Amino acid sequence: MTDVIDTLVGIAPGSKLDAIRANRSEARKHAQASYTSLFEPRDPAGVTADERHAIAAFVSGLHGEPKTDAFYTAKLPAGLRAAVAAEVAAAKSKGPYGRFPKGPLSAEDAPGPTWKVSDANRKTLGARLPAAFEHTHMLVFHPRDAAAPALQSLLDAGWSTTDIVTVSQLVAFLSYQIRVVSGLSTLASTL
Amino acid sequence: MTEKTLTPSPHTEPVVFTRDMLDWLPWIEPMAEQDMTERHLASLVDASRVKSPYFRLLARDPDVLEARTRTDKDIFYNPEAGLPRAERELAAAATSRLNGCIYCASVHARFAATYSKRVDDVQRLLDEGVGAKLDERWDAIVAASVALTALPITFGPQHIERLRAVGLDDAAIADLIGAASFFNWANRLMLSLGEPATQG
Repeated sequence: MTDVIDTLVGIAPGSKLDAIRANRSEARKHAQASYTSLFEPRDPAGVTADERHAIAAFVSGLHGEPKTDAFYTAKLPAGLRAAVAAEVAAAKSKGPYGRFPKGPLSAEDAPGPTWKVSDANRKTLGARLPAAFEHTHMLVFHPRDAAAPALQSLLDAGWSTTDIVTVSQLVAFLSYQIRVVSGLSTLASTL
Repeated sequence: MTEKTLTPSPHTEPVVFTRDMLDWLPWIEPMAEQDMTERHLASLVDASRVKSPYFRLLARDPDVLEARTRTDKDIFYNPEAGLPRAERELAAAATSRLNGCIYCASVHARFAATYSKRVDDVQRLLDEGVGAKLDERWDAIVAASVALTALPITFGPQHIERLRAVGLDDAAIADLIGAASFFNWANRLMLSLGEPATQG
């Protein structure tokens, strides 16, 4: 079984980083198991493979880490490629921004936009993905702006409570995996 | 029928970063304990987590919850070599401070303070934010966590050089990357599926 993080970072068996990762073998194994459970699930339940890959390509595009971006973009269904690329270009931002609860932390507020999918691509993305992409943008760039109405928007678009857990895990897991790939690639470049 | 989000019962929202114990109230329905199968229960890893609405909510997708939890435990609890536990927790607290997760920051600031015994420095990170001056080693760890958390990611060889200069070896740097990256996972779940509440 190929380890996605090892593959993307280019960690060769017997290398220094291979030995370092081997000292955290449970984390290595279960980071990969997280990937498998999200992208090759035993039971996809309410979230289709195409939806999973579309959201993943959007997340990796927003992060702009070249290796993960190429990996997830390659898994996109052909019919969604142009739309996802256009939405990534339009949605890309800097983070993390957002507001804090009203009080002393308000001095640190960094308000920013709530992003919406373009009308042009709404149709291509279908009934449910536009709401998921809008939620994803918030999770990626301004997660502290999260509030219950954002989840209601997902429910209204046809995602169930269980689907929301899966989609949230998918975006959150990728936020981890992309940073590990970026960080370990940088470390590898100094060894 | 379209499902509806939950309205948490009346509570006090924490408005500052704190080391106090907090509660967490979900915005969508966790599984009811009596509806959980063996698979759902096993995905909690620690049986006591069945009392936590957060883990009962995540148990709706048990395979990813179990993998998430086992990844988490090895990154933070594996005592073999690498970064001392206190500084893995510091990276988690700094990441949570920057992303704005008051709940996550409270848990990991408590751990960082307990394991390092540097209560005042940890509290300064919470009060002043990731720009707080702690000491050379902790500032390098916080700065690296910030660079990994920021988008675009700004973590580069200069961060690694700074970490080496304050005594981190390659295994410790890899641990730091794991801890800060993992909290970019955890913060997003905690922040977006419910809200913190003060206890009592």
